[in-house]
Amino acid sequence: MANSLKQIPADSVGIVAPQRFHFEEPLTLRSGRIIERYDLMVETYGTLNADKSNAVLVCHALSGDHHAAGYYDPENPKEKPGWWDCAIGPGKPFDTNKFFVVSLNNLGGCAGSTGPSSINPETGKPFGPDFPIVTVRDWVNSQALLSDRLGIQQWAAVIGGSLGGMQVMRWAISFPERLRHAIIVAAAPKLSAQNIAFNEVARQSIMSDPEFHEGRYYDFNTYPKKGVTLARMVGHITYLSDALLRDKFGKDAIAGNFGRDLRSGKLSFGFDVDFQVQSYLQYKGETFSKNFDANTYLLVTKTLDYFDPAVDYDGDLSKAFMNGTCKFLVMSFSSDWRFSPERSREIVECLLKAKRDVSYLEIEADEGHDAFLLPVPRYMQALHAYMNRVAIECDSIGAASTANVASVASVGGAA
Amino acid sequence: MMRADLSLIQDWITPNSRVLDLGCGDGSFLAHLKRTKNIRDCGLEIDADNIRLCLEAGVNVIEQNMDKGLANFETGSFDTVVLAQTLQALDRPDEIVDEMLRVGNNCILTFPNFAYWRHRLSLLSHGRMPKSPQLPYEWYDTPNIHHCTIGDFDALCKSKRIKVLHRTVVDDRHLRSALANFNPNFFGINAIYHITR
Repeated sequence: MANSLKQIPADSVGIVAPQRFHFEEPLTLRSGRIIERYDLMVETYGTLNADKSNAVLVCHALSGDHHAAGYYDPENPKEKPGWWDCAIGPGKPFDTNKFFVVSLNNLGGCAGSTGPSSINPETGKPFGPDFPIVTVRDWVNSQALLSDRLGIQQWAAVIGGSLGGMQVMRWAISFPERLRHAIIVAAAPKLSAQNIAFNEVARQSIMSDPEFHEGRYYDFNTYPKKGVTLARMVGHITYLSDALLRDKFGKDAIAGNFGRDLRSGKLSFGFDVDFQVQSYLQYKGETFSKNFDANTYLLVTKTLDYFDPAVDYDGDLSKAFMNGTCKFLVMSFSSDWRFSPERSREIVECLLKAKRDVSYLEIEADEGHDAFLLPVPRYMQALHAYMNRVAIECDSIGAASTANVASVASVGGAA
Repeated sequence: MMRADLSLIQDWITPNSRVLDLGCGDGSFLAHLKRTKNIRDCGLEIDADNIRLCLEAGVNVIEQNMDKGLANFETGSFDTVVLAQTLQALDRPDEIVDEMLRVGNNCILTFPNFAYWRHRLSLLSHGRMPKSPQLPYEWYDTPNIHHCTIGDFDALCKSKRIKVLHRTVVDDRHLRSALANFNPNFFGINAIYHITR
């Protein structure tokens, strides 16, 4: 019945399906521990060109996964598209008519790639707390192995926001010859004490939930829902700006009510929900807790805390950036206080010191840290402009390699 | 079509050098220098549309207000620092000149000469702030808050012990003229300086 099919926008990548890549080669982690074998869930959009010069890698942030664009279900009209659908698709900044876009769920995740909720083949039970802490470096190492598997020697661009931006930095440091453009959005060179403090509240929320069972809740057929909800609530506050909350919850009232819209129109004089922001946060936290594994949340907050690529370079990030020729685009958002523009400027300063090609944009936006996921017009336009240039480069690389093939062929013909 | 003052100063740019353009606009000057002189480029700009045009042109652009200084740029990290037609619009032109000379080995500045005879005439005969194709603003809405003359800039260079490598003045068609050479501070509309420490 044609009517039951939903309308998929023309600029969508359409119906997509994830692929599972299995790796048998053991991966040695920064901690010294080894993951013997693992799976990575991957989605790709667009077509890889003949000389494999048009591939773009998208690195996800804390709660993201491989489903960055498009839809799974051709029937369900309520299904939301992938988490970065606004940026990936025909005619969008990462134009799938031009680029082959790759997105994966990182190791330790809970969307199909091997992580704490996967079955440990040695015990037949979920890994739970036995799953090793993985770092950004480990992720990027596994992404490089995935690139090999896909036959991609060099990415046209590697892009990511927040924790995703940290992976981009790591790519530029660990595999400088394997990317031509590094796009780092709303990131930081490393977490501040305040960032780590918020992560600690999130972890304590989860670990103090009686249903946590030291991370073995799977064995007890339960889940620390309250803890994950709380963790996400506190996290969510750090993703939004004061201005956004005021605007979101102060629409009906007189100016200057600071987003204090009441839920039922009057005070309860009890400890129930009085203000709309309370129920909003609880809703956000609970929705998140239904789809996200508690152990993955713990692990990824540690991945964030441990990120510090300067550690191998006497604490000097600019030394870390000395190798390679890829170009950088760094972007921040004015109202982001989790990873503020100042933190992005630190990255830019190190890149300048390392004499690297870098562009930097500070986008005016009220959406706080979350802006990196949203179609903020100037942000999208800048990505579009930058990627148009990258696409022209890809074409010229293609033309050069075609010319090489042609000259080889003519030499062969002469012989 | 490149602005005439920019086409004049490109002779002072060394091939394969590092060039920082403060207020780089749409990046066309840096793009031109990349093509013709294979320079390593970096531009500073605050206008969103211009920044997007720079990205499209493949020019490195940093969104940064130079009134807040150049502290993120290392001493001696560029061969040439360019400041075209902007000096008079800055909070502290003297400080930016110091910063340019710290970051760059040599610097190129262009600015409208306030002592051009038509400007003098406007003030002398009409008692009004000068307006011209080069200075189209009213006194209250002009971004040009620190006008200076060739005489003023010469004095600044002297007091800061800045070496003037080249000084050129051009008329309204950006041509060097005999009159302007004879008395630059009277007949020159635009001043172009190439300076170093």
